[in-house]
Amino acid sequence: MEKTIAGVATALGIGAISIIRVSGEEAINIVNKIFIGENLKKAASHTIHYGFIVEGEKRVDEVLVSIMRAPRTYTKEDVVEINCHGGIIATNKTLEILLANGCELAEPGEFTKRAFLNGRIDLIEAEGVMNLINSQTELNRAAAFNQLQGSVSARIEKNRKKITDLIAHIAVNIDYPEYEDIEEVTVDKIKKNVRKIKKDLLEVYQASKNGKLIQEGINTVIIGSPNVGKSSLLNVLIEENKAIVTDIAGTTRDLVEGKLNLDGVILNLIDTAGIRKTKDKIEKIGVQKSLELIKKAELILLVLDNNKKLDNDELKIIEKVKDKNHIIVINKIDLKSQIDKKQLANANVVEISTFEQEKVTKLKEKIKEMFNLEKIQQKDLTYLTSARSIALLQKTIAILEEIESSVANNQPVDVLEIDLKRVWHELGLITGKTYEEEIIEQLFANFCLGK
Amino acid sequence: MYDIIVVGGGHAGCEAAIIAAKFKKKVCLITSNINNIADLPCNPSIGGSAKGVVVREVDALGGVIGKIADQSQIQMKKLNIKKGPAVQAYRAQIDKDLYQKNMLKELKKHSNITLVEGMAEDLIIENAQIKGIKTEQEEYCARAVILTTGTYLKADILIGNTRKRSGPGSEKPSLYLSDNLAKLGFDIIRLKTGTPPRVDKNTVNFAVTDEEKGADACLNFSNFKQNEYDLNKQVSCYLTYTNPQTHEIIRNNINKSSMYGGLQDIASVGPRYCPSIEDKIMRFYDKERHQLFLEPVSLKSPKVYIQGLSTSFPIEIQEQIVHSIKGLEKCRIITYAYAIEYDAINPQQLKQNLETKLIKNLFMAGQINGTSGYEEAAGQGIMAGINACLNLDKKKAFVLKRNEAYIGVLIDDLVTKGVIDPYRLLTSRAEYRLLLRNDNADQRLSHYGEKYGLLCKKEIEIFKQKLKKLKKWEQKLKETYISPNIENNEYLQKLNSTKLKDRISLYDLLKRSEIKLEALQKWLKIDAEIEIKEKLEVQVKYEGYIKKAEKDAQKMLKLEKIKIPEGIDYYKIQNLANEAKQKLSEIKPTTLGQANRISGVNPSDIAILSVYIKGKRNGK
Repeated sequence: MEKTIAGVATALGIGAISIIRVSGEEAINIVNKIFIGENLKKAASHTIHYGFIVEGEKRVDEVLVSIMRAPRTYTKEDVVEINCHGGIIATNKTLEILLANGCELAEPGEFTKRAFLNGRIDLIEAEGVMNLINSQTELNRAAAFNQLQGSVSARIEKNRKKITDLIAHIAVNIDYPEYEDIEEVTVDKIKKNVRKIKKDLLEVYQASKNGKLIQEGINTVIIGSPNVGKSSLLNVLIEENKAIVTDIAGTTRDLVEGKLNLDGVILNLIDTAGIRKTKDKIEKIGVQKSLELIKKAELILLVLDNNKKLDNDELKIIEKVKDKNHIIVINKIDLKSQIDKKQLANANVVEISTFEQEKVTKLKEKIKEMFNLEKIQQKDLTYLTSARSIALLQKTIAILEEIESSVANNQPVDVLEIDLKRVWHELGLITGKTYEEEIIEQLFANFCLGK
Repeated sequence: MYDIIVVGGGHAGCEAAIIAAKFKKKVCLITSNINNIADLPCNPSIGGSAKGVVVREVDALGGVIGKIADQSQIQMKKLNIKKGPAVQAYRAQIDKDLYQKNMLKELKKHSNITLVEGMAEDLIIENAQIKGIKTEQEEYCARAVILTTGTYLKADILIGNTRKRSGPGSEKPSLYLSDNLAKLGFDIIRLKTGTPPRVDKNTVNFAVTDEEKGADACLNFSNFKQNEYDLNKQVSCYLTYTNPQTHEIIRNNINKSSMYGGLQDIASVGPRYCPSIEDKIMRFYDKERHQLFLEPVSLKSPKVYIQGLSTSFPIEIQEQIVHSIKGLEKCRIITYAYAIEYDAINPQQLKQNLETKLIKNLFMAGQINGTSGYEEAAGQGIMAGINACLNLDKKKAFVLKRNEAYIGVLIDDLVTKGVIDPYRLLTSRAEYRLLLRNDNADQRLSHYGEKYGLLCKKEIEIFKQKLKKLKKWEQKLKETYISPNIENNEYLQKLNSTKLKDRISLYDLLKRSEIKLEALQKWLKIDAEIEIKEKLEVQVKYEGYIKKAEKDAQKMLKLEKIKIPEGIDYYKIQNLANEAKQKLSEIKPTTLGQANRISGVNPSDIAILSVYIKGKRNGK
């Protein structure tokens, strides 16, 4: 049976709607598992259905799902197309969920390949597609070239090199079993290497996710008790960004209400309406509401009043934001300090006054520092922000974890090597370098063998 | 008039001739020296990692190398026993005299094989189809010809600053055949290999070396015939080392080696996997010593082969080197080491069935295709033999896939990627190593042997019995449950295994890496041959990994099923990269899968090609 594949069919980052295409025998079953709406299994072919993509209980995106049953489809297999409305992040998330539920990530051109393999496309129709495949390849080549010069990809390549060495070494042990002067690769050595490589790749993965944030924006909430200066802060930020704030009305992007560009860092502001509303209410911070917002956010700006003591609700919220990217913004520092800063120990604190521009600058610096944005070179982003390479990296890390559990189960070295080779292969797909002969060349370059 | 002429009586030639005889063809085997049939001109051993598996594969298909090796071995060993099942393999030390005698006997058993002594020098061709061959004296006609010329084409023996036209061990070389092949349009490459000195065992001080013994149980290459042999009569090998003095001699005299200035006209490429001792010393400067294995050449001969000491130094330096080595201080060298240069063809000019693309019914196998090793030769020999017969019978070619056999990996690599240096099989060349195991060669291939009528009734029966037993015991393991009582848990703890919480089948228990099949005897007396137990254990224990490999293989097979029609003009396909156009035109892959493995052909080229083929098929 062919694997069911999924991929983003539209260009990432362009256009308000992205389409994820799923193709294969399990397409309808898999999408049905993560879809709230009507039962797609019973849906007639070539119909469109409204609903939500969910991860567990959580709604990820509001979508329209097209059901097309084989054979009258692009690939001649069952095809489901998900029209995602929630922007790039939601699209990537949906793709991730599909992969977690049994889909395989489509290779570039794989839908077209299947369309051809299943006899769907003829030459004339295919010519158009061929041009597309070509241009994609050119882009890939350019991207691969770019990323080779970048630091993150150099790191992936470095790890892949480590794996190459390890595999070549194991290969020597296998193919030349009696060469005792060649050190034997032990399970322990593999374990140590795998641990190191995994750690490094996890960092790259995290950095890539941050890189993605730069390109796609950081979902940011401003919370705080009434009258601490939330709307003033918002206004100051907006003031700086007048031309950039966009109000995306009439879409289902219920979360993102505006984008702020702080020197290239995009903040997707969430629930700014909430700020206005709380203005009318008195006293309390609205713990429940704040907690909900905290969950949604990738960056929390908690505004406190320098001129007031912290109340219990604020203390609770401070506790809650500690595990997330957060900045505690102490406003009104032009006024007398009443706040007990000891209670803010270990927190990320910036003191500002919304009346003074330069103080706001400190906040921006803090945000950049927090996401490590200075360190991530722009040229790397083009590559590692692609959902494809991030998914590959994630898959790689998952295989490394499999190896760790195989080590724990006392599997022999050469069985572990089979999974090491998979890691090597996946990393090669990321850097565009998968090439089998390499291992064999390595084998001869580094070891002294023979009759 | 013969059906098939096989040129060359080495490991490829013998397999080709015998398998063709089993096809009931009238076969002529032409060799320059009948007394030197199935020579082992280099190491006196057969098998090893990957190679040993090939021996069992040839055997499973109905070939002879396995049985003859079993009859002629003086020491059997199982390699990689501490590693997993996918990399274990057998290796035999072979009594060279006995091996040659036994092979000649085997050839003579087949009344439809005619042995002819002669040196093939030219081919008879009509309308791009082979009609026969010419020796110095005579012409022989046949409907198909298989060339297995080994290292004999324009062979030169190199020692120090001397170059002498000669085949290995002063056998006669073929002087004109490779030029005549070039005239027909074959692309000729020049390769090199070498062999170490042989010393007199009566002059070796074995007492100061380390003894290397054989396995302590009987092992057999053959899937069908289990020889019992006297373990006490197994002959040992011995291990010694080079030392700083050896290295100094080599460095001080390096210019005298043929390869380091002794000869100025070296144009050939030597094997990467098998460097000469001078290569090792010069390339791995820091290494204080290199291993040398002393291997007996035969029971009757006094010769001992020094594995690890291949060289092209002049004989006086060889004397110095050998005498600098522990245990060899006073030994007498019987034959000196030499390097040998020879012509081969670029194997990319072959189809997957080992027939040449240029000339119909002309096949090639063995070192002429750029490989090295007796086992690689035998694997190609049997495949060329089978395919020559199938061609004559107008039947579909027999091609083994990369997930079916090392032989498949070998031939696919040769015809798809070509060779730079003499090609040796390595486990790392196989993507699906876990499927290509030593234990399951018969399960993978014997059905082909049966299909083509290459196995006798008895062999088929033995194979079927094995499968039956395997199934039976697998079923029993699945049906036998044990419960988490104190006794069982104490037993498991003793084996460093975790306690049971629920009842479990022995089948699932065996999946635990620390539980060996033998440990299950407590609950189920497994009354089966060692071979069955081995198969059973591997099959159950590595089921998960095997399934993963099978899944990957299926993915590859999908592309393998898409045939590329002959006669495509790749230069007319729009959008193909130039490199792809050039490589595809040269190699002419037969399936999309093969095209996908050509280096320089990118995935996007494959997509474009696949669309193009589809269009052609629809007549557009």
